[in-house]
Amino acid sequence: MSIGLVSPQKLSFAEPLVLQSGARIANYELMVETYGRLNADKSNAVLICHALNASHHVAGHSVDKPGDIGWWDNMVGPGKPVDTNRFFVIGINNLGSCFGSTGPMSMNPETGKPYGASFPVVTVEDWVNAQARVVDYFGIKTLAAVMGGSLGGMQATAWGMLYPERVQNCVVIASTPKLSAQNIAFNEVARSAILSDPDFHGGDYYAHQVVPRRGLRVARMIGHITYLSDDDMAEKFGRELRRAEGDSKEYNFNFDVEFEVESYLRYQGEKFADYFDANTYLLITRALDYFDPAKAHDNDLSAAFKKVQAKFLVVSFTTDWRFSPERSREIVKALLDNKLDVSYAEIDAPHGHDAFLLEDPRYHGVVRAYFDQISQKVGS
Amino acid sequence: MRADFSAIAQWIKPGTQVLDVGCGDGALLAHLRDVRLAHTYGVELADDKVLACAQKGINVIQQDLEGGLALFEDMSFETVILSQTLQTIHETAKILSEIARVGKECIVSFPNFGHWSHRLAVLTGRMPVSKSLPYQWYNTPNVRVLTIADFEALAPEVGLELLDRVVLHEGQEISLMPNLRGSLAIYRARRAK
Repeated sequence: MSIGLVSPQKLSFAEPLVLQSGARIANYELMVETYGRLNADKSNAVLICHALNASHHVAGHSVDKPGDIGWWDNMVGPGKPVDTNRFFVIGINNLGSCFGSTGPMSMNPETGKPYGASFPVVTVEDWVNAQARVVDYFGIKTLAAVMGGSLGGMQATAWGMLYPERVQNCVVIASTPKLSAQNIAFNEVARSAILSDPDFHGGDYYAHQVVPRRGLRVARMIGHITYLSDDDMAEKFGRELRRAEGDSKEYNFNFDVEFEVESYLRYQGEKFADYFDANTYLLITRALDYFDPAKAHDNDLSAAFKKVQAKFLVVSFTTDWRFSPERSREIVKALLDNKLDVSYAEIDAPHGHDAFLLEDPRYHGVVRAYFDQISQKVGS
Repeated sequence: MRADFSAIAQWIKPGTQVLDVGCGDGALLAHLRDVRLAHTYGVELADDKVLACAQKGINVIQQDLEGGLALFEDMSFETVILSQTLQTIHETAKILSEIARVGKECIVSFPNFGHWSHRLAVLTGRMPVSKSLPYQWYNTPNVRVLTIADFEALAPEVGLELLDRVVLHEGQEISLMPNLRGSLAIYRARRAK
C-alpha cells in the first residue's frame, strides 16, 4: 500500500553553513517530505538519503503531480519494509541538487544572479551537516535510523561517523567506502560530456536560456550503463533491432537508432535532460569522487569507524559491478574490526546496481526484519 | 533446550565475543546472547537462514565458508563456534585452521558417523539415516562423514589442540565407549602452541 498523496515543505536556514572546502553558504533552503508520525519521545525517526538523481520525494504520490511516485515507494510506506505506520520518515533534497533545495539554479544573494557553476562544491559530509539541521528542526535528538542506497549509503555511513550519538542504526545499501579509479573515470566522462557541450556556457546557461541537453544526455547514458549488469542488458535488449511489427530485420547501414539498447539509452538520456540540472550533475558526481572517510586516517578505514556507535545493516548485490559486494565487505570488515554490530546480506540478484531500487523478496525481507527489530527497540 | 546448546554455553565466558561460523537460523547465538550475555555474530550463506537471524536481531554476515574467514582478524573473538557445520564443508583443514586463527578458543561439533546404529546400517548394506544424520545419501548437505576417532586423529595435523570433549546421544552425555554410543561430539579446542 502506498502512503498516498504527499506534499513537500521548504525549510529555511539562516545560520551559515561552513563547507568542507572552507566556503560558506550564508543561508539556504531545503525541500523536505515526511511520512508517518513522530512519536511522543521522538525516537522513531528514519532519515532516507538520496543518490545522484533523486530527491526528497521518497514515497507516495505528489499532490501537484499525482503520477509522480516517490523514488523508493516500494521500500517506504504503510506495511512496507520501512513501515510508515511505525516510523516517522524524512526525505531531504540535498544542498546543491535541483528539486527545490538551494543549488546552482538558485539566486546568489550576493550577485542577484543564479549561482550556476559558482555554487560551492559540496561533499557528502556537508550534506550530512545540513541534514542534521533538518533533524534539529523537528526536535529530534537521535535518529532511529539513517538509510540510503549508493551515494545515499555514503551519507548513512558518514552520519555514523560525524554524529555517533545521534544515530542508532545505519542502513547502507549497494554502497562503497570510496570510489575506485574506474568509478571516477566514468564520472569524468559524464562531466566531460556536459563541460564540452556548447550550450553549457561555463555553467551560466541559465542566462543564455538554454540547457546543455547533449551533455546531460550522454552523461545519463554513461551512468545508465554502469547501473545495469551485462546479463540484465542482454536479457532486456539483447541484439534486438528497433523495428516496427512486420518491418525488415535487415540492417539499415546508417547511424540512426538500430538496436533496442540504443533506443533505451537515448530515451533515458532525453528524459533526464528534461528534468535534471547540468551544474547539479557536476556537483553530485564530484561529491561521489571525494567521499573517502579513510583518507583522514592514513587510508585506514577501520580507524575511520572508531567513533561510530550505530549498528549497521549492509546490503550488496552480486551483479553490481559499479559498487560491487567487495566494496561492501570493506565496510563490514571495518565495522567488525571495531566490534560494532553489523549484519551483511549479499543478495544474488541479476539487476546490477539498480537492484537496490527494485523489489526483491530476499532484499526487502532482510530490511523489513532489521526495521522490525528497530521498531521493537524504540517501541513504535 | 537442546543439550548441545547447553554443553556449548557452559564453555562460553559471560559477556564475551562469540562468532558462530555456519550459524543457521541463529538459534544457538540467540541462546548464548540470552544465557551468557555474549556479544554475538554469525556467518551464514543461505538466504532464508540469514533472514531468520535478522528476525532474531542476531548480527549475521552472509558469506560462503569455503573461502575462509578473511573478514575476521586473528584472535579477534573469545570463542569461534563451528556447530554441526564441519561435515558440510569441503575445505576441512582450512576451516579448522581458520576458526583457530580467529578465536582464542573454538568449539567444534559434528554428528558422529561411528555411532553403532550408523555402523549397523552400513553393515546391512545401506547408508545410515538417523536423527543425527537425517538425510538420504542423495540429498544430504554433508560432504564429509567422520567419526570421533577420525576427528581426534586429524586435529593435531591441522594444528588444533583439543581441550575438552562432550559426547551426546539423544540429549544424554555418553562417557562409556563414546565413538560407538555417541551421536554428537562437541569439542573445545585452540590453536596448538
